[in-house]
Amino acid sequence: MKGWRELEIGAIIPKPGTAMEFKTGDWRIERPIWDESKCIHCLFCFIYCPDSSIIVEDGKMKGINLDYCKGCGICARECPKDAITMKREVEIRKEELQKRE
Amino acid sequence: MPMKALTGNEAMAEAMRQINPDVVAAYPITPSTEVVQIFSNFVADGLVDTEFVPVESEHSAMSACVGAACAGGRVMTCTASQGLALMHEILYIAAALRLPIVLCEVNRSLSAPINIHCDHSDTMGSRESGWIQIYAVDSQEAYDSIIQAIRIAEEAFLPVMVSADGFIISHCMQRVDTLTDEEVQSFIGEHKSPYQLLDTSRPITVGPLDLQDYYFEHKRQEIEAMNTVEPIIEKVAKEFGQKFGRYYGLFETYMLDDAEQVIVAMGSAAGTVKEACRELRAEGYKVGLLRTRVFRPFPHKKLLELLDKPQIKLISVLDRSDTMSTMGGPILVELRSALYNATNKPMMKDYIYGLGGRDIFVEEIKQVAYKGKEYIESGKVDKPVDYIGLRE
Repeated sequence: MKGWRELEIGAIIPKPGTAMEFKTGDWRIERPIWDESKCIHCLFCFIYCPDSSIIVEDGKMKGINLDYCKGCGICARECPKDAITMKREVEIRKEELQKRE
Repeated sequence: MPMKALTGNEAMAEAMRQINPDVVAAYPITPSTEVVQIFSNFVADGLVDTEFVPVESEHSAMSACVGAACAGGRVMTCTASQGLALMHEILYIAAALRLPIVLCEVNRSLSAPINIHCDHSDTMGSRESGWIQIYAVDSQEAYDSIIQAIRIAEEAFLPVMVSADGFIISHCMQRVDTLTDEEVQSFIGEHKSPYQLLDTSRPITVGPLDLQDYYFEHKRQEIEAMNTVEPIIEKVAKEFGQKFGRYYGLFETYMLDDAEQVIVAMGSAAGTVKEACRELRAEGYKVGLLRTRVFRPFPHKKLLELLDKPQIKLISVLDRSDTMSTMGGPILVELRSALYNATNKPMMKDYIYGLGGRDIFVEEIKQVAYKGKEYIESGKVDKPVDYIGLRE
């Protein structure tokens, strides 16, 4: 990390788009799980997501960017087909550990 | 050089007209109302190119100044007392964003009780905000200092407030030698901005969240900026002196060379102390004046050098505000701290005077020296803090 002599004057950020470098996904307590088979690609999740974490390609839902998803659960609530459900991260962690054993 | 009879407010407004800033956002308040009023006349009469923003409060005034300075403008404003207090939050932002805003400040006491007259409580409340502070002794110096402040601010990338005592300077008419518009423009030169928010070829973010990882470094950088200020003030003052014949330093001394008593004052009262020194010298008292002109940064190294002398036995400080620390006023507290490592440590005594605009007279200052002589003879100061002109 930079020392005080190397920093920009007045704490400005001299280039645009640096919010991408600040990954907020590790704040998450619950993770959205997307069931592709139930999804009708209405993109309500994309519209409602406050962190732009819904990945869309060619007008279709493609998944969730977990680097930025804070796990607020709005997508799961708004999904008309219950294609997104929230699962606690600790549960996911536990399952992963069990698999390793 | 055109010589004029001007009040302090008129002189400051005239300096602003000649500087012709890009933006002035201001809200009038006694006793600095006239500066804003006169300047808005200049705007209405087309004498300046300034975008004048009449705002709904001083908080908004300083906020608009911050926005305009971020956009790269040369920005000025004016306030006093409660107005400066209402700007308080934004003063820190202006300094930390390193914006060279110049504020014409007229010193007035703070409420309560409500009072519109002079003391230094208002600007002393902003002394840790990161602004450079210059206290003028008269209208001439207020005028000259504002012109110099533009250069100082734009070289240090720090905001500057130039203070003039309310009513005593702001409303009293004095002879002021003004410069021509061309002289002012050539002295201040082109405006330099540390960055420009509206430069689309170089997009930037101003004022982002800055937490445990970088806030400390940015504050250290701001402290370092303040470290660079003294030589900048001296350089600008020297150039001003060479061009226009009026010299100003970080502080001013009068009859100080062989003085055994030093009376320290700031603002208009320093003129009264000078007269007292002349009379006291005629009576055989070795008294001199130290007028602190630049209070932020506090020129502690140069003051130590100046005052660490075996012949100086006592320093009596006149403070026009109190710190409420029970240790005396801000000038005493800072000066005593500066002298902590002195080899020839003088005795120190603080006098709070002139709160709420109470006048101070030559005779009262002479009493300080008479009492000072007793302290020197007895080798001790009875009370560390006293009050001048107060009814017990």
